[in-house]
Amino acid sequence: MRKNFARLVSLLFVFVLALSACGTPATEAPPAETEAPATDAPATEAATEAPAEPFVFGMLLVGPYNDGGWSQAHYEAGQYVEEKTGAKMIYLDKVNPADRPGTTPDQLAEELVAQGAKLVIFNSDDMKDASTTFAKANPDVFVIMASGDQVWPDGKAYEEIPNLMNIMGRMEYGKMIAGCAAALSSTTGKIGYLGPLINDETRRLTASAYLGAKYCHEKAAKTTDLEFKVTWIGFWFHIPGFTTDPVDVSKDFYTTGFDVVISGIDNSVNLPEAQKLTAEGTPSLAVAYDYINACDVAPEVCLGVPFFNWGPDYLAAIQSAADGSWESQFIWSGPDWTDLNNHDTSAIGFVKGDALSAENAAILDEFIAELAGGLDLWTGPINLQDGTPYLADGEVASDQQVWYLPQLLEGMQGLSASE
Amino acid sequence: MLKSRFSGLLFQIIALALSFGVVSLILISIDASPTEAFRNMFKGSFGEMRKFAEVLVAFVPLLLVTAGLLVTFSAGLWNIGVEGQVVLGAIATTWVYRYFLESDLPPALIITLAIFGGMIGGAIWAAFTGILKVFGGVNEIFGGLGLNFVATALTIYLIFGPWKRPGVASMSGTVPFPDEFSLPLLANLRISPWALGIALIAIIIVFFLLQGTYFGLKLKAVGKNFRAAYLLGIPTWQYAMYSFLICGALAGLAGAMQVAAVYHRLIPSISSGYGYLGLMVAMLINYQAIWAIPVALFFAALNIGSIQLPIVMKLDSSLSGVLQGVLVLFALLVEGARQKFIKKGQNT
Repeated sequence: MRKNFARLVSLLFVFVLALSACGTPATEAPPAETEAPATDAPATEAATEAPAEPFVFGMLLVGPYNDGGWSQAHYEAGQYVEEKTGAKMIYLDKVNPADRPGTTPDQLAEELVAQGAKLVIFNSDDMKDASTTFAKANPDVFVIMASGDQVWPDGKAYEEIPNLMNIMGRMEYGKMIAGCAAALSSTTGKIGYLGPLINDETRRLTASAYLGAKYCHEKAAKTTDLEFKVTWIGFWFHIPGFTTDPVDVSKDFYTTGFDVVISGIDNSVNLPEAQKLTAEGTPSLAVAYDYINACDVAPEVCLGVPFFNWGPDYLAAIQSAADGSWESQFIWSGPDWTDLNNHDTSAIGFVKGDALSAENAAILDEFIAELAGGLDLWTGPINLQDGTPYLADGEVASDQQVWYLPQLLEGMQGLSASE
Repeated sequence: MLKSRFSGLLFQIIALALSFGVVSLILISIDASPTEAFRNMFKGSFGEMRKFAEVLVAFVPLLLVTAGLLVTFSAGLWNIGVEGQVVLGAIATTWVYRYFLESDLPPALIITLAIFGGMIGGAIWAAFTGILKVFGGVNEIFGGLGLNFVATALTIYLIFGPWKRPGVASMSGTVPFPDEFSLPLLANLRISPWALGIALIAIIIVFFLLQGTYFGLKLKAVGKNFRAAYLLGIPTWQYAMYSFLICGALAGLAGAMQVAAVYHRLIPSISSGYGYLGLMVAMLINYQAIWAIPVALFFAALNIGSIQLPIVMKLDSSLSGVLQGVLVLFALLVEGARQKFIKKGQNT
């Protein structure tokens, strides 16, 4: 009996372990019901405005809807569409195998359709295959696959799927600005990049940050040598037991002379870490990512945030689905250079943080003006990381060359592909 | 006897009511309606054929794992390593598929080989726990738990290393296998009747193995009293190993189903926690095979039905996990209380 009891206790212990291992950051989200009125309000408003049934669109978010990063940027874009059109959004967040074991995104998309969704947004690269499967199995439902390239006729993975659209912002510019801000503000010249997983998208964005950093490092005639290193964690955000902990990665950077860390992951956990280390006497700066208000968690260490503004493109796509003018297409939208942070027109933007000095902010503005004026940092000579020529002198990279960047660039440290 | 069975059922119903009561209290405390929550969960699992098919998709691996665990529990062994055995089954299945990716063999044969591969993979992993236990004196709980972590690490290594997608290093998993490698699914549904059939056959075999064979009887003798069984001439450690091998094979079969009928590739969380959930099912049914089907179905329905909670009510779907956990705790608690009652009744 006593032995059995001991076993039971150890078993419970194991369960606690297992449960805590399963509990990802996603579960840390505050109780969702407080948010419910906010999401309901626009819908009910819309109902009174428009006599017809509102168009319902669904959204599958890879992380929590309030992750302060990638997923929240999508969620708020959905709210933007609700406000503008009276359409109604339903969503399911934490759509990843760790948070929703035993499910697949295409299955979950069907749940949204069962609740009335006529269009479903798959918000993560992780759901690309599932979005294809779903779109083919449900030809009557419109599908937006964010960040994907399935319906890009010039792409490597082109497939004709009439009810599917790809939407992505040209974050390359945002990352260049981020890299510039980092290079200007670093006193050691050592910049760390908190990488998610390795694929075409993350390679080209990391490389863009490097190109921006290199340009501004030279522009400001810095006396330090520029060092740019990326460490990949393995997924878009931390999943305990499966990925490397991005907080540890940030800490490793900061404590080894990398005084600026640029986030490339879905939630900018390098910010609180920079704040903590700065308080402990290691001056640390951070660049956030994805979400317009991402600096708010630790404004005093934040140099700024390149953010996605999915609203305008989602609005156009959802309206086209509702009014019958839908067209399967690949959309890769750039910033509105006349008004970079315009909520209604610019697909990406950059918000400067409190930690950026006035002097550096002025240089950064100059750099942004140069980009707006046509400066293209994807101009040769540029070699790939292993020394292979990528762009000849004066050659400007095509969209395909940028999108499918095969390796990191020469001068960057870190893995180009998995070992 | 009849009275004790009746009181057993009564106490189980009390446990069920208490569990729903506790979860209701949690819901009320956050101003959510328990009836609405339970109704949504029910509708989300049994409301339509499509949803019920999803329940069955979760039911298949859960039932297989439970079937396996009934064997190890009968031998008095706590096979926590079952989670890793599911994973290794999935890895082995993926390996076989990859091996035959370019071959001209008929797909049916490849699928069959892959499934057997999964069973062997799971059995080998279980054998490690068994060897550690029998020859190394390592308690199977800790040996199994350790091997679970190794299994996860191995999956991640394979996905990021030798089996990675070209140019990609992501947790998203390996490249999906071609459609012909999938167990046939019902039209417009995701459930494979083959997978369902295999799971049901497995539980029936385990039921008869435990109820109607000498092997089962000896296994139970080992479980009830290791020393006495040994003295009576049962080769105890061999029987312990057999039970590990059978359980591992069934868990590996569950992993094979996850690859061949659900995900069509290897992903890091391929086991989906069904191993741990199966342990809960096995404890809840007090190791009686006859109850495995309804309880596993109930647990699978909770898992699938709870997806409605975040969509419809903005509640976290982990509520189903709370209900499952509370249910097991109360079931154990009331069983303890019942034993006490019976003892008291006998004393007076």
